[in-house]
Amino acid sequence: MLRSCALLTGLAAALALPAAAQETPKRGGTLQFAISGEPPNYDCHANSSFAAIHWLAPHYSTLLKFDTANYPKILPGVAQSYEVSPDQLTYTFKLRPNVKFHDGSAMTSTDIKATYERLRNPPQGVVSLRQASFEDIAAIETPDPLTVVFKLSKPDASMLANFASPWNCIYSAAKLQQDPNFPKTNILGTGAFKFVEHVKGSHWIGQRFEDYYEQGKPYLDGFRAVLLSGAPMINAMNGGQIMAEFRGFSPAERDRLVQSLGEKVQVQESGWVCKLDILFNTAKKPFDDARVRRALSMAIDRWGGAKNLQRIAFVKEVGGILRPGYEFAASKDELAQYPGFSENIQAAREHAKKLLAEAGVQNLKLTLTNRTVAMPYTPTGLFVIDQWRQIGVQAEHSQLETAPYQASLQSGNYEAALNFACDFMDEPNLQLINYISKDQSSLNYGNYIDRKLDELYEKQKRATSKDERKRLIREFEQHLFKESYTAPVIWWHRYIVHDRRLKGWHITPSHYLGQDLVDVWIAQ
Amino acid sequence: MLRYVVNRVLLAIPTLIGVAVVTFFMLRVVPGDIVEIKLRGDGGNVSREVIEQERERLGLNKPLVIQFVDWMKGLVTLDLGRSMWTGNPVSEEIGSRLELSLQVAVMAAVIAVLIAIPLGTLSALYRDTAVDYVIRIVTIAGLAVPSFWLGMLIILGLLWAFNWLPPLTYTPFYVDPIANLSQLIWPALAVGYRYSAVVARMVRSSIVEVMREDYIRTARAKGVFERLVVARHAMKNAMLPAITVIGLEFAFLIGGLVVTEQVFNLNGIGRLFVQAVSRNDFMLIQSLVMLIAVVFILVNLVVDLLYAALDPRIRYR
Amino acid sequence: MAATTTGSTLPSRERSALLRFVVEQPLGAAAFVVILVMALAAAFADWIVPYDPEAIDFSAMLAAPSPAHPFGTDAFGRDILTRIIYGARTALSIGLLSSLLGCAAGAVIGVASAYFGGRTDLVVQRFVDILLSFPIIVLALVVVAMLGRRLVLGIDVNLIVAIAIPIVPKVARVIRSAALSIREMPYIDAARAAGYSHARIIFRHMCPNVVAPFLIMLTAFIAQAILLEASLSFLGLGVSEPKPAWGLMLAGNASDFYREAPWMVIFPGLAISLAVFAFNLLGDSLRDWLDPKFRT
Repeated sequence: MLRSCALLTGLAAALALPAAAQETPKRGGTLQFAISGEPPNYDCHANSSFAAIHWLAPHYSTLLKFDTANYPKILPGVAQSYEVSPDQLTYTFKLRPNVKFHDGSAMTSTDIKATYERLRNPPQGVVSLRQASFEDIAAIETPDPLTVVFKLSKPDASMLANFASPWNCIYSAAKLQQDPNFPKTNILGTGAFKFVEHVKGSHWIGQRFEDYYEQGKPYLDGFRAVLLSGAPMINAMNGGQIMAEFRGFSPAERDRLVQSLGEKVQVQESGWVCKLDILFNTAKKPFDDARVRRALSMAIDRWGGAKNLQRIAFVKEVGGILRPGYEFAASKDELAQYPGFSENIQAAREHAKKLLAEAGVQNLKLTLTNRTVAMPYTPTGLFVIDQWRQIGVQAEHSQLETAPYQASLQSGNYEAALNFACDFMDEPNLQLINYISKDQSSLNYGNYIDRKLDELYEKQKRATSKDERKRLIREFEQHLFKESYTAPVIWWHRYIVHDRRLKGWHITPSHYLGQDLVDVWIAQ
Repeated sequence: MLRYVVNRVLLAIPTLIGVAVVTFFMLRVVPGDIVEIKLRGDGGNVSREVIEQERERLGLNKPLVIQFVDWMKGLVTLDLGRSMWTGNPVSEEIGSRLELSLQVAVMAAVIAVLIAIPLGTLSALYRDTAVDYVIRIVTIAGLAVPSFWLGMLIILGLLWAFNWLPPLTYTPFYVDPIANLSQLIWPALAVGYRYSAVVARMVRSSIVEVMREDYIRTARAKGVFERLVVARHAMKNAMLPAITVIGLEFAFLIGGLVVTEQVFNLNGIGRLFVQAVSRNDFMLIQSLVMLIAVVFILVNLVVDLLYAALDPRIRYR
Repeated sequence: MAATTTGSTLPSRERSALLRFVVEQPLGAAAFVVILVMALAAAFADWIVPYDPEAIDFSAMLAAPSPAHPFGTDAFGRDILTRIIYGARTALSIGLLSSLLGCAAGAVIGVASAYFGGRTDLVVQRFVDILLSFPIIVLALVVVAMLGRRLVLGIDVNLIVAIAIPIVPKVARVIRSAALSIREMPYIDAARAAGYSHARIIFRHMCPNVVAPFLIMLTAFIAQAILLEASLSFLGLGVSEPKPAWGLMLAGNASDFYREAPWMVIFPGLAISLAVFAFNLLGDSLRDWLDPKFRT
């Protein structure tokens, strides 16, 4: 089963846990917290960064949502109940009768239909990044104002989770009809907080929505999110100016805050559905040779590295293509079968050198393209280079700003690169799509075509039993690592440090989840 | 004089056009554009068609020359275009942040001038004495200490000593002067220290230089009271280079705030600039560069006019 | 002190010049010694430091200053003293080369502009204005992004160009105004009347008269180039990890450790300040000492 998410560390954290569970929430107070980036626009459907959802989530609701205290359990959102037909082709949602938009209008099935039509088939000029997730929806029906029926063309193992995705904010059908891009510049949701103001580059204010559909919630009078990142953010937290930041802290930042604030802060930690892979450009020599790629993967001491790297970067667990701890992820024994996961690093490195020699590659020099993002890109890049050096491979570290970085990946103008992948939940459909052939996935920057991977991907997506799916995923993973199109490094690990008075917020393996602030309250 | 002013203003036009051309085409050579960052965000799965649509919408697919002409047409009518990131008018994006940056710059300049002129003069008058050495060491240290490091030390020092930090968000001076000053005085000090050092050094060396000139020597030989010499003759001529430096440094301060605003987390145009650069928001970068160029040219114009007014020896043709 | 250690190999005239500099400009001499020590340390870094500046040592992360690590270690367990010494190599080479490049180009442009005057001067000044009106960071970013990072002997050539470009117009401007007054001198008119070529007048008669400001600016701009490199690296636009550079050592999460590892914030900043301080002081002293007008 899943790792329990809210592992508590810190000085006296363990003592506080039972008490926290029994406390009754208090109403009132304004939560001041930090967000370290700003979105280009306010449209949930067109954004994919935490820098959008952290600001937007408190203003919107979704059909279903994740129970952050018991991830990955799914809870009702504006739907009070749902039913899935035995053939997994029909999803029927009963809506709550008392859901209102912030302008006072009532939310009905028409709004749900309009929202999902926009998501699966956006009109000209509208961007939906969730089109692929809903491509199997054949029709959306609204038999009455409080019932929505989704008809699928094929069963899809990830469908229910998609209905709980935080990105599928429900918009008003009336507003969308006036202007399909209304949500880009306006915020009108059914969430727990009304939008008050956004001072660009500075802060964002939300105020309790008194007509929110859950009785007695939210507890907060409002929130004030401040744009802050890096050292200034840690300083502000240290000085008591903000209560939290919800993306993640580095171990060093966590230690600093725990050391200087002690009892005043609480640390929550969890595995994270985020990772950096080493990506090889298979269109360039000698990276077209699987032996070279495999050698470079085998040079990396993942088990030893994880122990050390976790002290300086927010990475921790060794794993394959799925997050360690997730039900479909490879076990430690299964991992040991793959190249690059041997605990005997000396032998692995000898083997790597032999592979390079076999491939006729001597004194390999290469450039590792990386982003100029301090955490965890830089330490991971340095770690990988240091590991390669130990089999005599010299790597130059080329750290680029985001735009040139993406451009070089897009255009195939790189040799090896650190590639980032992050999702809103553990779900093979999301995590595996990064690896299928380049003509099948816009996320493949390795420039390879491998029909076996494509076939296995499609099969696991349609699998109706868990065992069947797991077997197919293992086969996918086995093949991917044998070919070593990408080499995994170490999975990220999420630490959240927050003011101890902040209650009702639970860490999950995704920083996109659980930011609606409905259940959050402040103890005095 | 009027003719000279008109001339100078007219001369600024080709400079501005030059800046525009260089900026525009330099940016277009940089690999990558804003669309990928905007749509992919944290690795969003977006089809190539959608990306192309967005490029089309932002006009990034048009031939460069057409894009340039469009931009210039806008500039002539004072329309700076829209940020490619937010879609808001660039003037709005800049306008909301300019106030803060200007205030920091002005405060730093005031701090600088107040410190620099007396220090520089003293140092020159007591040249090669202990006073001079101390002042020189202090001012050279001002040049030496990176303002971002000084900023870091100031913040960490405040936190360490008082467990207090300046306010996180900006409040205009006319709304709450105390909140305003308690936020902005620190970056102004961090930047102002360096600024004052630059000016003080220039004041010192130009006074030293002027004091050696024949007419001053003559005045001193004639027994004119030393302080009078300094006040009447030396100061006036020594101020020329000082004014140049004050002006040039002020114009550069806006650009120099880039690092300091980062350290102090100030929502000014310096940070806006860093954001725009990291996102490849061409329209915003172009406009910011033009803005700095205009400020710079204006300051230069003023400096030159002062020069002309103070030193009739310099002829303009 | 500098004079006594190197004096024996110098001809007597220069030795006495050096001695005089030491006597007349003790501060400048002290600065020169500091620079010399830094330069020697940077040049012989491979022999004097026991650690590899780029090797990660997880067993010594964030170690406090001790005999083994006099300035402590950073988050990667890399010895800070080692990185500061190698950082001196980065700073001094980039500082010297970019300042030299920028000042030389600026001086030629400035003198020529002043000498020819009129239309040439106007055109050159407009060009200088254009360059001058650019924020340095944009220039640096664009140059680095456009040309990528090109390492020659471990030095990023493109970064040097990026730092040199903003120096050019500044030097050109100052040298031009110095040269302007020289142009008005009777002996230049005389040279012109004598029919000397433009090149000869510029290089033989005008340039020597701007040598003093040139040298002063050269040292001052080395200082500024070191600062600029540090700022760029701090912003992530300059030298990139794992290369040791002072500004880079202050970037990222260095300040997170201000309580438990203050050496991470203090020493690199001190190194930058000391280097810049020494160059500025030397420049200042040279200025007072070199300029013949100051001799009485």
